[in-house]
Amino acid sequence: MISAKHKTGLVFFPAFDWAISPTHPEREERLLYTQDQVFEEGILDIDGITEYKAGLVDIKDIQRVHFCAPDEPSVMTKSHFISAGGAKTIADAVMKKKIERGFALVRPPGHHAMRVVHGGRGFCNINNEAIMIEYLRSAYKIDRVAIIDTDCHHGDGTQDIYWHDPDTLFISLHQDGRTLYPGSGFPEEVGGPMAAGATLNVPLPPYTSAEGFLHVIKELALPILEEFKPDIIVNSAGQDNHFTDPLTNMNFSAQGYADLTRLLKPDIAVLEGGYSIEGALPYVNLGIILAMAGIDYSNVREPDYNPENLRQSAQISRMVEKTCDTVMSNWRARQLLRNRMKGGKAFDKRRRNIMYDTDGIYETQNETIRICNDCAGALRIDSSADTGRHILAVHVPRKACHACQEQGLEWFDGASTGSYDAIFLQNRVDDTYLIRKK
Amino acid sequence: MIIGLDVGGTHTDIVLVGDNGLLRKIKVPTDTAALFKTVLSGIEKITENIPPEKIRHAVLSTTLTTNAIVQNKLPPVGMIISGGPGLDPVLFQTNPHYFTISGSIDHSGREIEPIETTQVEDIARHLKSDGIRHVGVVGKFSARNPSHELQISEILTPHFDKIFLGHRISGHLNFPRRIHTAFLNASVYPIHKEFFEAVKASLHQKGLSIPIYILKADGGTMRFDASIDFPGQSILSGPSASVMGSVAFAPADKEIIVMDIGGSTTDMAVLIKQTPLLCPLGIEIGPYKTLIRALNSHSIGIGGDSVVRLEGTALKIGPDRMGRALAYGGPVLTPTDALFVLGKGEGGDREKSVQGLTPIAQKMGLSVEAAAFEIFDLACQDILTAAREMIGRINGKPVYTIKEVLENYQIMPRHIMVIGGPAPYFAEHMEQISEFTALKVPQWSVANAIGTALSRTTCEMTLFADTQKGIAMAPEEAFSKSIPASFTKKDALEMGHDLLRQKALQNGADMNDLDVDVLEELEFNMVRGFRFTGKNIRVKLQIKPGLIHNYKMITDKISAL
Repeated sequence: MISAKHKTGLVFFPAFDWAISPTHPEREERLLYTQDQVFEEGILDIDGITEYKAGLVDIKDIQRVHFCAPDEPSVMTKSHFISAGGAKTIADAVMKKKIERGFALVRPPGHHAMRVVHGGRGFCNINNEAIMIEYLRSAYKIDRVAIIDTDCHHGDGTQDIYWHDPDTLFISLHQDGRTLYPGSGFPEEVGGPMAAGATLNVPLPPYTSAEGFLHVIKELALPILEEFKPDIIVNSAGQDNHFTDPLTNMNFSAQGYADLTRLLKPDIAVLEGGYSIEGALPYVNLGIILAMAGIDYSNVREPDYNPENLRQSAQISRMVEKTCDTVMSNWRARQLLRNRMKGGKAFDKRRRNIMYDTDGIYETQNETIRICNDCAGALRIDSSADTGRHILAVHVPRKACHACQEQGLEWFDGASTGSYDAIFLQNRVDDTYLIRKK
Repeated sequence: MIIGLDVGGTHTDIVLVGDNGLLRKIKVPTDTAALFKTVLSGIEKITENIPPEKIRHAVLSTTLTTNAIVQNKLPPVGMIISGGPGLDPVLFQTNPHYFTISGSIDHSGREIEPIETTQVEDIARHLKSDGIRHVGVVGKFSARNPSHELQISEILTPHFDKIFLGHRISGHLNFPRRIHTAFLNASVYPIHKEFFEAVKASLHQKGLSIPIYILKADGGTMRFDASIDFPGQSILSGPSASVMGSVAFAPADKEIIVMDIGGSTTDMAVLIKQTPLLCPLGIEIGPYKTLIRALNSHSIGIGGDSVVRLEGTALKIGPDRMGRALAYGGPVLTPTDALFVLGKGEGGDREKSVQGLTPIAQKMGLSVEAAAFEIFDLACQDILTAAREMIGRINGKPVYTIKEVLENYQIMPRHIMVIGGPAPYFAEHMEQISEFTALKVPQWSVANAIGTALSRTTCEMTLFADTQKGIAMAPEEAFSKSIPASFTKKDALEMGHDLLRQKALQNGADMNDLDVDVLEELEFNMVRGFRFTGKNIRVKLQIKPGLIHNYKMITDKISAL
């Protein structure tokens, strides 16, 4: 009989009664054929594979990560509570050692959701992985976390949330931002002054195939993980690098995704995008589950799979290798980069415009971070959106030093409610979330 | 009048029920080596001096096929498996004559790779030369497109006595379980057929030409003639006999845990408003996981004859059984002996129980009576713990829609019904030490046979419609029909109703017992290239387990006794 080499947990939440709109790629039908495949293969009967019922996250879980304007329920649907809840359920099972590894096959996705949320962008409203990770940091003794984002789109939301966190390594592999939404994720995006080098972006040329992806994993991700020594590894397991995906232009396969998973050995994988719902998802998900559980997946194959047709050109191979070299040198130079970016300043500022394509909202952010040699630095975000909402969001990081805690309080208390619709203080030191309003 | 016969491990219970309630009941020892004799003499005895025309039918729950599987006494069969991509079907190998062949169908029912007929012909020759008479044929996704299985069947038919096709077994998607189920069906087929044909013939000879039904693991019945094509349905009917027996006496508005305390195990199940909960897929027996519909019953290794030990200072009961209680001449101390010491035994030798318990009582520093109480109490505690765990598991079952998550339907049984062996003592004590109220089961010692007699015919049907392809199909019923693009879920439910009623009647259901229940109704918009192309509709219906329509008249009279 068949049994899993690694005890593996699954949360399957296909949200069969939820869609962004009837013909939207993020619709009821998305995981239907994946469910058919997983059921027909008898995956849930395999000794060592356990299915868990998705729980719900509560407002408190969301407030560890996001600043929602005007509030959490207004920017979310019930499905978001369950999708993030599914990730949390899996994470709990891993931490309680009921399972060795887990995969949350949930929708809607979350990796485009940033720290401030005015609405939905890139089919995402709240960041499932970040909510799960910050829950783990509060509930268990988890400190260092690595997120490897293998969705075809740059995980700009996750990058935003962990931009200033040196304890969270974020590596995103994605189709080059010059050719695909959201248009970001270039190697020079390395994180803020306290955390440069903990954000690493690997843009891949269109038509990159398994060879290219696995090169990045073997030559870049694995050596860096070895050095970073995370307590847990999280995979944002988007499946839209598949050669049949209707929204992207890559040449990855179910075999490739399974190989990637086997090499990466994530403790927790969370489904992100992937919209080839008949030709890719059933096989990619099957491959990932088997790879996580340590079961032979060599016979998992899409109906239209022909590795000869998916070979990448020598030019693509050279481009991928070159990008890896650049990213690796950023990683190696991270201390230098941090010192240079701090540059003796007291504060670092940046101004950004953020587009919420799903909900058609436009946001402008003025971000200030306190340059600090003792912690990740207090963060202040002044955010206004064309919804008319203007908020001030103050984030005090988890291991904030005394001075940064004071700075956070000063920003929060000192701001005038006359100028903002709401002023928020997300204090991760004592895990509180305060709101001041007119 | 209806005969209910339930073969148990040690006893066989036979009852005759009619409009005047429980007319007769008999308990005879089960002779496992001569099951046929046990069954036949039981029926003869219960019908003594009853005019045959007064008997409507007999329902039998036997351990025939279950024992054959557990004791691994199955005749050789052939298995032909077409898997295609995915997990290697060799992983699910059931027997030596197990062959995997080419051919593949995908999740939408599309043929990806055809069958190689020469491969099938070669295997057929090989099986034939090895004397194989019965063959199981299973393809991956055959529940979506049975054409490959049908093609293989056509090649095999001239050469074999009986062929079992995967898609006729169940509408559920689970290839490994479909393989195991087809294997068990093919394996128990000759045993089942021979046994019941012999029973029928013998009864006929004695002038008792009554229809014979079998009890199934899902608490429903099926005409023996219909069961010839699905002999696996007779496997593991034992637990459902007792559960259906308790249904007869359960209040109509409550959630109840039924506990059947036997010699070596206690079997538990849940009733919701007189309907037993079914398990999601099917029975598991030995190494086999199947798609044979079954009640959601849970079994633990604690019964009247379980071994009692003192490990260090801690008492431990079960999970093993080494024989009967000391009081009945058995080899080791058991919970039944504890009951004897407490003055609640019947027919055995209390002195032997006291002797057996004395060393343990001394080590525990207790009187034998106090030690006996500890053992009895622990047995009750262990059973209650298992019951609470079972409820937890049922409530932890994953759901796939927001609606279900938010409704968060949880069962919270507050009552227990105890049947089997020393039921009244256990019921009384468990009520004292737990949050549960114990409900009485009249005739608890033959409740299983009463349940067997009064159960209705059950079945399940799955219909799948794709308006893009313009087809509705229920491969399990060998049904497929063209549908218009305007076909809706409502149409599918109607079509499903008709198919289910037909199936139920074929299986021997009474017209008055066609209580249809919708298990699943899903409808998806199919969108290809951002355009709506059709609807993908799935409905699953059942006749749910319950009692025949005029049971009330019968059970009211039994309760009134």
